[in-house]
Amino acid sequence: MGRFVAGQVGGLGEFTRFTARMLRWILTDFTRWRLLRPQLYEVGVRSMPVIVFTGLFVGMVLAVQSIPQFEAVGRAAWSGAIINLSVVKELGPVLAGVMIAGRVGGALAAGLGTMKVTEQIDALRALGADPVRHLVVPRFLACFLLIPFLTIYCDFVGIVGGYVVAWGFGVDVHEYWMHSADVIENFDIFAGLLKSAFFGAAIALISCFKGFQSRQGAEGVGRAATEAFVVSFMVILILDLFIVLFLQGVYDALWGRVSIFV
Amino acid sequence: MSANEPIRRVPDTAEPPQTAGPGAEVLIRLEGVRKRFGGHEVFRDLTVGFRRGETAVVLGSSGVGKSVMLKLILGLLKPDAGRIWIDGAEVTALGESALIPLRTRFGMLFQGAALFDFLTVYENVAFALREHKRWSEDTIREVVRQKLALVDMDGTENLYPEELSGGMRKRVGLARAIAMDPEVILYDEPTTGLDPVTADTINELILRCQRELRTTSIVVTHDMASAYKVGDRLVMLDEGGVIADGPPEAIRRHPDIRVQRFIHGNASLSAAPPQGGTP
Repeated sequence: MGRFVAGQVGGLGEFTRFTARMLRWILTDFTRWRLLRPQLYEVGVRSMPVIVFTGLFVGMVLAVQSIPQFEAVGRAAWSGAIINLSVVKELGPVLAGVMIAGRVGGALAAGLGTMKVTEQIDALRALGADPVRHLVVPRFLACFLLIPFLTIYCDFVGIVGGYVVAWGFGVDVHEYWMHSADVIENFDIFAGLLKSAFFGAAIALISCFKGFQSRQGAEGVGRAATEAFVVSFMVILILDLFIVLFLQGVYDALWGRVSIFV
Repeated sequence: MSANEPIRRVPDTAEPPQTAGPGAEVLIRLEGVRKRFGGHEVFRDLTVGFRRGETAVVLGSSGVGKSVMLKLILGLLKPDAGRIWIDGAEVTALGESALIPLRTRFGMLFQGAALFDFLTVYENVAFALREHKRWSEDTIREVVRQKLALVDMDGTENLYPEELSGGMRKRVGLARAIAMDPEVILYDEPTTGLDPVTADTINELILRCQRELRTTSIVVTHDMASAYKVGDRLVMLDEGGVIADGPPEAIRRHPDIRVQRFIHGNASLSAAPPQGGTP
């Protein structure tokens, strides 16, 4: 037990040093756009299909489940508020984050893990370069900067998916949009995007760290990829809770507590 | 440029070479080094020095710590105890940033070449030049062309490592290792996994780098043909330290049975050859 705790604390210390080293490079001397460009493509462009697919189906499923409930009390058009608020504030950012953790996080950990076991990371150091600067900083920036944009896409197609279902169910679409516009505030959109930036940072850091810590062999790399996804997923959920609590407090302090039902 | 043309340095920054030999200055020294991985003790007390200009071949069976020794010299691994000196300066306790200027004086050919798989051959060889030299891309291109020509890999600039055979990767790895005209080249199993002819080509390239760049070379191998061909001096590691150290002829006649078993590749050899004789 003692050894387990010591291992976890030691691991946390290493993770902190790893993060500090990366932040130092970002703040002092990151000018390697040549390294960033391929990562922007990998994280942004290549994640689009999975993000669009996720967002579309989340919006549609939400609509299919909620519209009959609202119809039962004669308020079918109100479902727009719930569906779109859920997509923008919670499901869009969280599910986009989870999908990125799976698609990008796993690939980052596996890629860096393979580089470690094939001595490419040692080769970088032997050539007088810092692997954190060359490998981690571009991946971190790509995730941190692009996941909010991917979340915007996810939100957008989620809203479209919900709308298509509402239209199919014969809901008054004008009322549907009116109720959505009444309830969703800029702060809700901001909250969702802020969360997604934190999720992106967490996914990149955890996945790169796991890749750097990968053990030898195919099994070690596979385990690094799996751990990267599982830990990123758990951290997304934990971060989500604390960011929501924080933003709720900020909102209440600025505008007072309001309910969508009044 | 053919493989037989002399190597030109661009730009010419070479120091006058010093002759290797027993009296030559010790460039790298490991003193009382201890290294353990988990429950496995690799080095108990490793003390060995490498002289400027020599080509030392480090021998030993798998797992004896030959590659670990190279990584300790470069600071890629830290010893648990003991000290490492390079060119008169102790480097054991140096941090990652402080080690960078030191590493630029070294070139290392990794066992699997360790080419960056996300970069082309050209970008691999140009990597250290772009990182440390403030040269124009034209100058870098010229240096890369020369280094690739030296290892007979001209025309492969735009290929990715996955498109190369094992021997070609080693050659590109060597071109990358010598791109900065290093004072010391570390070779980690340069001929392992190659067919005999390709292995001999790599041996010739090592000799050529030694002859024309006048580098200090440390070659880790368990390939005796390669060891005899390229080494001025053979050092054999076993049981956590050095068990034999001397010129190839002396090692060939070494009385230690572990040395004889290794150099003859015969695990059942039961007696060392008589002094001065051939076993």
